[in-house]
Amino acid sequence: MDLIELFLLGLLVVCGITTCLTKNLLVSLVIYMAYSVIMSIVWVLLQAPDLAITEAAVGAGVSSVLLFVTLKKLRDIRKKAEDEEKNNL
Amino acid sequence: MKKKTTFKQWLRTWDAGAFDMTEALTEAVAGDPMPKEATEHAWKEKPVEGIEEGEIRIFTRFYPVAAAVLCTVLIGFLLLTVAKLPAFGAADAPAHNEVMQRYVEQGMEETGAVNVVAGVILDYRAFDTLGESHVLFTAATAVTILLMSLGGAVSPVETKLERNIMQKDPLLHSTVRIMVPLVIVYGIYVILNGHLGPGGGFSGGAVIGGGLILYAIAFGFDELDKILNFKVYRRIVLASLCFYSLAKCYSFFCGANHLESIFVPGTPGMIFSAGLILPLNIAVGIVVACTMYGFYSVFTRGRI
Repeated sequence: MDLIELFLLGLLVVCGITTCLTKNLLVSLVIYMAYSVIMSIVWVLLQAPDLAITEAAVGAGVSSVLLFVTLKKLRDIRKKAEDEEKNNL
Repeated sequence: MKKKTTFKQWLRTWDAGAFDMTEALTEAVAGDPMPKEATEHAWKEKPVEGIEEGEIRIFTRFYPVAAAVLCTVLIGFLLLTVAKLPAFGAADAPAHNEVMQRYVEQGMEETGAVNVVAGVILDYRAFDTLGESHVLFTAATAVTILLMSLGGAVSPVETKLERNIMQKDPLLHSTVRIMVPLVIVYGIYVILNGHLGPGGGFSGGAVIGGGLILYAIAFGFDELDKILNFKVYRRIVLASLCFYSLAKCYSFFCGANHLESIFVPGTPGMIFSAGLILPLNIAVGIVVACTMYGFYSVFTRGRI
C-alpha cells in the first residue's frame, strides 16, 4: 500500500514537471491527462471516492477535450495565417 | 588561435542575449570556437528589428531567473506548510472538533443521507453550495457569451472533409455506440446514488456531459441539435437553477422559523430519502451535463 502510494506520488511529480517542460503541446496535454488519471487513483487511496469520480470526469475527460479543441483551433488559425502569407507573396 | 574571451566581453555577449553555453564550453575545452553551424539552435532568438542589441534583451534574460527564484520560494513555502500539517487521519487534528463529530454521529439521522459528504454540502452547508452554484452559473454564462460573440469571426474547427472522415470511421463508431449508453447510465447512477454513496450532482453531470461530448465527436452535432439546441439549453439551465434556489429558500425559511418542512429525511438507505438532496442532485446534474456539452459545442463551432 505504502509502496503503491509512493510510486504514484513520484509519477505525479514526474508528470507535473514533464507537462511544463515538454515543447510539443499535444504531448504535454496527453501527459496532463495522465496526471489527472493518476491523481484520481491517489484520491481513491486517500479514501475520497467522490473526488476521484470528479477528477476522472472533469480533469481527464472534459477539460482535456476542451484543451484539445483549443489546440486544434490554434493550429487552424496558424495555418490560415500561413496560407494568407503565401498568397500575398 | 583565437584570443581567450575576457570577462568583460563575455558579459557584453550575455547582455546582448547571444551567450551560448555549448560554444563557451567547447571554447574552454578545445581552445577554439565551434563551427558556426553546430551552434545554431532552433530556439536561439533572432535579433529583433528596431531594437538596439542589449537594450531589451536584459529583461528577457531576467525572466527565467525570476521564474526560477519565484518557483523555488513558492515550493519552499508550500513544503514548509505541508510539513506543519497534522498527519493524515490524526485524532488530534484541529478539524476533528465538535462540528465534525456532530456531522458524523447525527448526520444520517438529521439529513437522511448515508453519504455524509452529500449531507454536509447539500443540507448543513447548503447556503455555501447555493452561492457556489450561482458563481458557476455566472462564470459559465460569461464564457458562453464571450465565445458566442466570437463565433462568427473564427471559422469552425472541422472542415467538411475532416468531419466526413471522422463520421465514417467504423472503429470510432462501434466503440462510441457501445460506450455512450454505458457512460450515460453510469452518470445517472452517480447522480441518483449521490445521497447513498460516493458521487453526486456535479460528478454525475460531468460524466453525462463527457458521454454527450463523445457522441458529438463521433456522430456530429446534427442529431444532438434536435434534442439539445440553444433554446432547450437555456430553458433547462434556468429552470434547474430556479428550482434549486426556490427549494433552498423554502428550507431556509422553514429552518429559520422552526417550521416543519414537507421534505422529511425518510428512511436512510432508500432511494427516495434524504429530503431535498436527491432532487437538488438531479437539478445540479442536469445543469452540469448541459454546461459541459455546451462548452464543447461553443469551443468547437462557436454556438450551442
